[in-house]
Amino acid sequence: MGNVTRASADVQVSPVSQEMTGPRGPKPRTVLSRRNIMIYGTLIMVSLYYMLPLYVMIVTSLKGMPEIRLGNIFSPPVEITFQPWVKAWAEACTGLNCDGLSRGFFNSVRILIPSVLLSIAIASVNGYALANWRFKGSETFFTILIVGAFIPYQVMIYPIVIMLREVGLYGSLTGLVIVHTIFGMPILTLLFRNYFASVPQELFKAARVDGAGFWGIYFRIMVPMSLPIFVVAMILQVTGIWNDFLFGVIYTKPDLYPMTVQLNNIVNSTQGVKEYNVNMAATILTGLVPLTIYFISGKLFVRGIAAGAVKG
Amino acid sequence: MAAATGPARWHRNLSAKIAAIPMIMTALVVFIGGTAWTVLYSFTSSKLLPKEKFVGFAQYERLWSSSKWLISIENLAIYGAFSLIFSLLIGFVLAALLDQKIRFEDTFRTLLLYPFALSFIVTGLAWQWILNPDFGIQQVVRNLGWENFSFDPLYNPDIVIYGILIAGLWQGTGLIMCLMLAGLRGIDEDIWKAAKIDGIPMWKTYIFIIIPMMRGIFITAIVLIASGIIKVYDLVVAQTGGGPGIASEVPAKYVYDAMFLSQNLGQGFAASTMMLLTVIVIVVPWAYLEFGGKRRG
Repeated sequence: MGNVTRASADVQVSPVSQEMTGPRGPKPRTVLSRRNIMIYGTLIMVSLYYMLPLYVMIVTSLKGMPEIRLGNIFSPPVEITFQPWVKAWAEACTGLNCDGLSRGFFNSVRILIPSVLLSIAIASVNGYALANWRFKGSETFFTILIVGAFIPYQVMIYPIVIMLREVGLYGSLTGLVIVHTIFGMPILTLLFRNYFASVPQELFKAARVDGAGFWGIYFRIMVPMSLPIFVVAMILQVTGIWNDFLFGVIYTKPDLYPMTVQLNNIVNSTQGVKEYNVNMAATILTGLVPLTIYFISGKLFVRGIAAGAVKG
Repeated sequence: MAAATGPARWHRNLSAKIAAIPMIMTALVVFIGGTAWTVLYSFTSSKLLPKEKFVGFAQYERLWSSSKWLISIENLAIYGAFSLIFSLLIGFVLAALLDQKIRFEDTFRTLLLYPFALSFIVTGLAWQWILNPDFGIQQVVRNLGWENFSFDPLYNPDIVIYGILIAGLWQGTGLIMCLMLAGLRGIDEDIWKAAKIDGIPMWKTYIFIIIPMMRGIFITAIVLIASGIIKVYDLVVAQTGGGPGIASEVPAKYVYDAMFLSQNLGQGFAASTMMLLTVIVIVVPWAYLEFGGKRRG
């Protein structure tokens, strides 16, 4: 089909080129056609606009305060200094603590690792049970779970505060891990259920005949066969949990605050002189983990959000 | 599919049932129980602690006469309407541009989507700095010679919500673009060829043929954007803290402030119930359209 249209286009072009004394043959596709200039021009302009905040953050974080007061935010630093980065990481103050964002970073790591592992473990088992071991009512619970994903968090935060307080976990990292597991469950369960449902049933039946049970099939067949979806789930959860602010501020105490909460407290603190370069260094530091994941994972990241979004 | 045959005894699939306990608990206790609890307690006069003193709709009357709540709702409506329109428009146009079999498609997509990986806190703080009237865009333009140029959305109560909108769009349009691109890729090449043979101009093909064919993607995108709009909280906290004054308050922040800052639980419950009601009004018609006619298993 493609060849036919190409050929007919050539026929239309050839009489023109024969009249001219110049080069013969089909009209070459110029790189600088009007259409291309428009498409690439627009895309380059928009990309520059999207890059702008990152660029401004980086150049601001490398300038000294006197230069920021005099110059404009778009100009590159005249004298590059890494002092703001050091200060943001190790010295910036929130309240009485002056040990910088490093505290928030390590809190976030301590929240992130168990939350990601627990939420993926539970959701993958859920998805597996829903896809391969349906029981009476399992679809109902799944429907509730999916509908629950649309309920605004604000409706459920206080009852969870009460429940966590009852078991003595309110204000602890464990409590926050449980909260992340709960709110990550709908989307992850959906992700795993859809994936496991596409695994050939024959494999499952053969394993059943060989006497493998629920956990045997899960660990020896499903998990090894589904590593890509585990990676997608991990990307989804790492960026989601790292970027969380609401749950962090509600369910932990000031010295356990995750990085996002501490960053906001540092930058929006009303005390002291505003140090914009330190603020921007701190902001980049907080964005660094999800950005690294994003640039490394590339297409898998897109697949993760697409799986999360489209199949809902 | 597989294991639904045979006698249905309670210990059938026992491992599966035990493994599903966390899911069942989340569904029943947190999602249903928690929601019901909040709705119930929105009819009480709870202050610092929840208590069972029922006062009818008093909390709701107070809520709807509070100027902070009314501003929150107005902001949400403005932010929501513009965010919906511009996300769809920009997302679709960018996706259509990327779909022209261009070079460096992956590079462009990576550059347009990266803000989505950043948190709303980082987004809000970055734009707070760019829109800073003393150092940001306003000052840069003034230094170029336009001394009277004024662009300070974050310090002007009348337009502050548009300052937040700029940041929100920067963060979120990449996702919509990716969705739209996936939708465009799903459209049969032959449709384009047929339109070309009939001599239909490209823009007409998009508006009258392609977009109607992408109905499903558009609905998904709208549901996604809408649920993001109702949740908007961190962006406002980081960018303006609700200010200047109370000019950029949003419902999610109203709930948080009532519950955890001003020890006014009843107001928080009532406000969050109103948020739930908004979601129901949006989601139920959609669910009805999507799943009402046919049963999907």
